[in-house]
Amino acid sequence: MKPETLLYPTPKGLFCEKGGFYIDPVQPVERALITHGHADHARAGHTHVMATRETLDIMRIRYGDDFSVSTQEARLGIRTAIGDVTVSFHPAGHVLGSAQIAVEAAGIRIVVSGDYKQRRDPTCLSFEPVPCDVFITEATFGLPVFHHPDDRSEIAKLLTSLKQFPERAHLVGAYSLGKAQRIIALMREAGYDAPVFIHGAMARLCDYYESEGVALGDLRPATIDAKDKQSFAGAVVVGPPSAFADKWARRFPDPMPIFASGWMLVRQRAKQRGVELPMIISDHCDWPELTATINEIKPAEVWVTHGREEALVRWCELQGIAARPLHLVGYDDEGE
Amino acid sequence: MRPFAELLDRLVLTPQRNAKIKLMTDYFRAAPDPDRGYALAAIAGTLKLKIVKPNVLRQLVLERMDEVLFRYSYDYVGDLAETISLVWEPVATGKPASADLSLGAVMHQLETAGRANVHGLVRDLLDQLEGSSRFAFLKLITGGLRIGVSARLVKQALADMGNVDVTEIETLWHGLSPPYVSLFQWLDGKAGKPKLDMPAVFHAVMLATPVGDNDLASLDPKDFAAEWKWDGIRVQLANLAGTRRLYSRSGDDISGAFPDILEAADFEGIIDGELLVGGTMRTNRATRTFSDLQQRLNRKTVTRKILEEYPAFIRGYDLLFSSGHDMRPESFLTRRAALSALIEKAAPSHFDLSPLVPFSSWEELDRLRKEPPDPVIEGIMLKRLDSPYTSGRSKGPWFKWKREPYNVDAVLMYAQRGHGKRSSYYSDFTFGVWTEIDGKDVLVPVGKAYFGFTDAELEVLDRYVRNNTVERFGPVRSIRAEAGHGFVVEVAFEGINFSSRHKSGVAVRFPRISRLRTDKLPSDADRLETLLAMIGTPESNLARPAEPI
Repeated sequence: MKPETLLYPTPKGLFCEKGGFYIDPVQPVERALITHGHADHARAGHTHVMATRETLDIMRIRYGDDFSVSTQEARLGIRTAIGDVTVSFHPAGHVLGSAQIAVEAAGIRIVVSGDYKQRRDPTCLSFEPVPCDVFITEATFGLPVFHHPDDRSEIAKLLTSLKQFPERAHLVGAYSLGKAQRIIALMREAGYDAPVFIHGAMARLCDYYESEGVALGDLRPATIDAKDKQSFAGAVVVGPPSAFADKWARRFPDPMPIFASGWMLVRQRAKQRGVELPMIISDHCDWPELTATINEIKPAEVWVTHGREEALVRWCELQGIAARPLHLVGYDDEGE
Repeated sequence: MRPFAELLDRLVLTPQRNAKIKLMTDYFRAAPDPDRGYALAAIAGTLKLKIVKPNVLRQLVLERMDEVLFRYSYDYVGDLAETISLVWEPVATGKPASADLSLGAVMHQLETAGRANVHGLVRDLLDQLEGSSRFAFLKLITGGLRIGVSARLVKQALADMGNVDVTEIETLWHGLSPPYVSLFQWLDGKAGKPKLDMPAVFHAVMLATPVGDNDLASLDPKDFAAEWKWDGIRVQLANLAGTRRLYSRSGDDISGAFPDILEAADFEGIIDGELLVGGTMRTNRATRTFSDLQQRLNRKTVTRKILEEYPAFIRGYDLLFSSGHDMRPESFLTRRAALSALIEKAAPSHFDLSPLVPFSSWEELDRLRKEPPDPVIEGIMLKRLDSPYTSGRSKGPWFKWKREPYNVDAVLMYAQRGHGKRSSYYSDFTFGVWTEIDGKDVLVPVGKAYFGFTDAELEVLDRYVRNNTVERFGPVRSIRAEAGHGFVVEVAFEGINFSSRHKSGVAVRFPRISRLRTDKLPSDADRLETLLAMIGTPESNLARPAEPI
């Protein structure tokens, strides 16, 4: 059996015909295996969903209890048979509950990484390499330009600015699931213990992280009425990036637009978005992490999906590793 | 190097003037000498470095990296220095990790390296510096540093740092050079003010305050002289002890762009005047508009053709030094008499005297102000006859009384979100007027305004933009603007510049939105021809409109 027949791309997503399931499908399907809770990977409306307990919880928080007809919890490292196929979930280090999915049949193992990163994150389990024949890697930051700095230095930039501009509200744009909680946890590790104000859209997810043992300290809603504007002077406000261009942001005094994202590495991207303080913090692998992961796993073949596929394929070729792009559609990297 | 690199990164992304000043003052206070002096030179554009060619950098990076991967990277980033700073994978250089990587040390290494060693030195430094510093370093050595900070702004930051007046910095500026150790020692309070021995340095200019509503009532017309306020740029021309220099109002040395004026300056002294293009009154030829003057500005050198087509001259306002004698403590009348005598003997083609405007009452002067005899006049200057020449802008001795602004009704075409307090408002507006292109009436942009309206009016404008967006291009929204549906505003402006960036070929100067005309439809808005007729611009002078985008 060839790996291409075990798992192949379709318009609905990556499909395993033998097991009758899709991985991270972008349209409603009968049976879906979900790597993690980000909206472009975890959609509502499937009949049966298998994912880690945390991912199922997150989908419930985002879409309500009826996000699918039935669910099945995947325990990390436990092998489960689906038809003639065996699947197992392994930590991906991307966000809380994120997993890689290994799919095995007839002696072939394919690992679908989902989104992943290879560096310490106080809010989730670390990535675990899984030996395999085919490694399907994301390539969101799959260009040699992406070298994400140590996140402590990025947090330090924010703390310095708070001292330098104590009259301005520091508005940190961060994706509601994962990035926001990671930023807050990293600030706490750096000794910042003042209240952090959060946008309403992320309150339930922050509560959930807390209930899972991720300490986020004193969080308060960023919803004080307009006459109390000055109470946000020198405060940190965390919200989804889109909210800061919106009327919502008007309640803050002289706001400083900040964006926590791997894209902030490229200066022109920061400038275009009107970001004054870019924080280069990503929940995806940068280029050295991507290439180190492939070198570590040493798969016979690499398939590359969503992102800058051509550069990573080129790199694999130069290393003598068979590689091809998968051309999956429907995954959005802009919010990262 | 790192603190400087971080400063650059912040400055590039910080739009607010005061925040930029704060970032620079904090840096200057914290950084040691000579680092901060080199940083100052880099920002103010006075740093002289051997330039490393882009090709050398490309070679360096391709020694380490696959060409295809480099091309993908460069295509994505779009800037060579930034691409190299990002893709560079440092390898151990065998040098001790404790090597001094301060800005001063890096500058010293570059200054002392022989031409043959530059290649290896750049490679070594790239290996030792971290990402952000690599970027700053590459920008410095390729001469491509663009950070959106004017020389004036960095001088203001220095003034704030030392708690001194910015005119003191401007006066010292041209007598000092990188790394400005004596300047910083003085600003730190560790040494006295630097003494200058070089002549022909810039002297901070005297500025006027605008005439306020009740200012004139308490003043006697007999105490003042009136002059036309000419629409050029204010300059200071110095010729002392064999050194000739031309400075802009803020002390930038613009000698390179005006060799014709420097050559003609055969008198000893320092004069204050208006730089204009066209003929002097002494040659009976017309003074030309600001847009003609623009052809001569912001150039490092000029061609013979430009010199012939756009002859520059100075219309004298004041005399600061007569030979080596300091005239500034003398009264306006005394200085004026000496200036008149000096210009009498100077080259008629390049120097004339700004004429006085005789008047006996403020009402009479007001009438003259509203109907000036020359289109290149933008108002009236009032100067106290007994006032000495003092630097800076103090209220009392000099007043400026501007002509009424021009007004047009224009249609909003594009909007962009503002910065800081306005980052969630669409507050920067591109507006246009009608003109005929290929037999059809279309709107063409003639300027961009981001003030003039009240906060309540901004709410109205912002709501209109959000509800009438046709298209988005990054941060810019294109707004619905048709003859029967759109937003008309009254725009006040001071004049018109030619502009190849606008499809109309012109851009209005100092525009502000003076009124929202919700009572008007776009079809009622003004036409380009009306706008040009207002300031007497013959249409034949217009730059050819660019092709429609």
